[in-house]
Amino acid sequence: MQKIAIVAYNQSKCLANAGGSNEVELIMPQLRAVFGQVGLNNSQDVDFVCSGSCDYLQGAAFAFVSGVDALGAVPPIKESHVEMDAAWALYESMLKIRMGQAESALIYGFGKSSPGELPIVLSQQLDPYYLAPQWVDTVSLAAMQARLMLDSGAISERDMAEVVARSRNNAMGNSLAQLASTVTADELLAEESYVSPLRKSDCCPISDGASAMIICTVGKAEEWGVPYAIISGIDHRIETHNLAMRDLTDSVSTRQAAAAAGAGQGPIDVAELYAPFSHQEIILSRALGLGAETDINPSGGVLAGNLMMASGLSRIGEVFNRIISGDAQRGIGHATSGPCLQHNLVAVLESEQCSARGNT
Amino acid sequence: MITDIKTPVYLQYKFTAGNSQARFLAQLKRGILTGQRCPSCAKVYCPPRGSCAACGVGTEEEVKLSGKATVQSFTIVAIPIPGNPIKPPFIIANLVPDGANISFIHLMSECVNEEVHIGQRVEAIWAPEEEWDYAMSNIRYFKPLDEPDVAVEDIGHIGVDGEGI
Repeated sequence: MQKIAIVAYNQSKCLANAGGSNEVELIMPQLRAVFGQVGLNNSQDVDFVCSGSCDYLQGAAFAFVSGVDALGAVPPIKESHVEMDAAWALYESMLKIRMGQAESALIYGFGKSSPGELPIVLSQQLDPYYLAPQWVDTVSLAAMQARLMLDSGAISERDMAEVVARSRNNAMGNSLAQLASTVTADELLAEESYVSPLRKSDCCPISDGASAMIICTVGKAEEWGVPYAIISGIDHRIETHNLAMRDLTDSVSTRQAAAAAGAGQGPIDVAELYAPFSHQEIILSRALGLGAETDINPSGGVLAGNLMMASGLSRIGEVFNRIISGDAQRGIGHATSGPCLQHNLVAVLESEQCSARGNT
Repeated sequence: MITDIKTPVYLQYKFTAGNSQARFLAQLKRGILTGQRCPSCAKVYCPPRGSCAACGVGTEEEVKLSGKATVQSFTIVAIPIPGNPIKPPFIIANLVPDGANISFIHLMSECVNEEVHIGQRVEAIWAPEEEWDYAMSNIRYFKPLDEPDVAVEDIGHIGVDGEGI
């Protein structure tokens, strides 16, 4: 099977409010950047385009169609969209390449969450009969999950504060982050409660922005003559929509996806985990069996800035950046969707050398 | 037996039009119809959408258009539409303003519906200045001009001075 590589990635700054910019204006600079990294002109130079977004975020019907205006789709291109995080657009693009229908693909995700009330908007992704009519917001659901964790002794509030402190401090090195500081866990623990037991700092901020990526076969990457990282495995699993039937203190779907993606077949130098709430990073790193040898969320993760519908793709992009820079040889990019980590995707990325070793 | 339930959903948004549309609407508020030119293919979009959809690049250059336009296509609406204050039958038309290459949809009035045709020349009738807002409705409708028709192949290629573009 043809190996598939990431050859370009770019993300906008995470902004609390992108002001007047619409979807096209958020997407276009990211596309220009990734085309520039590979030396392409526009989407005519790739075989397939797939995007991830949700019109509910900005409350503009068919915003995802307007987004196509950023592509240069004349003459017509092969294009698709997922009403999900763009990490799943990456998944669809990989299937397209594996089926032999494309050698290269452009993937982008965008979210302008500031025009609406994101935690309420996300209540509409719940099951339409029992939960959505109650408008149960994402923060309240995550708070219930954190309560289960705390009461069962699985974590302490200090564990959560330490996740946040590490995110804020790591984000000091990330110019695209929205929240970065040298805050300590003690200082965070002194903050008042928001939606008990969560403090505001335990929750990811709401951010506007976009990210884009180009993937292709290794043959194409070598033809283009650009550095690349191999996606050696990718898988996603979903749990039931019925929250009462799930063990919210664990993430079975993440563990299964990681196993299927081959995460355990080598050391994991870096992991970028899509954990919108501090306690969820602990659930995820335990499900993935990550230890001290793994640098978790060196970008600060989504607690430092959460581009809804692009953050999952960005997690994979962050790992790509670290492999290209030589900081890591092998890593995991994780994406989540749905309430309380319902749906999880795991992508395993390897450097060219690391991937070659695995084959011998 | 429960046969149906009502589950109202209210989501509040602060809608933003986009930077390029905001410039367009600000000019409309001043009574000026504008388009924006693609730096790559030179086509002028009205209303601008933030990018040239064909080339995928931003449209920065603002172009002032005249209120004259050409009918590219039209339909006669015969059925009342709930919430629409306009009494049928009325005409909605795809109009290409002089100086632009892409059509927009607007109303036609002060015309004989049965005589409206593709290639017909029309001009904008603006609402009184005190009613101008950040809205396309500042132009109430377009009415026919006493000018020769435009050949189909020339529609979308007429400059603001009447010459070809």
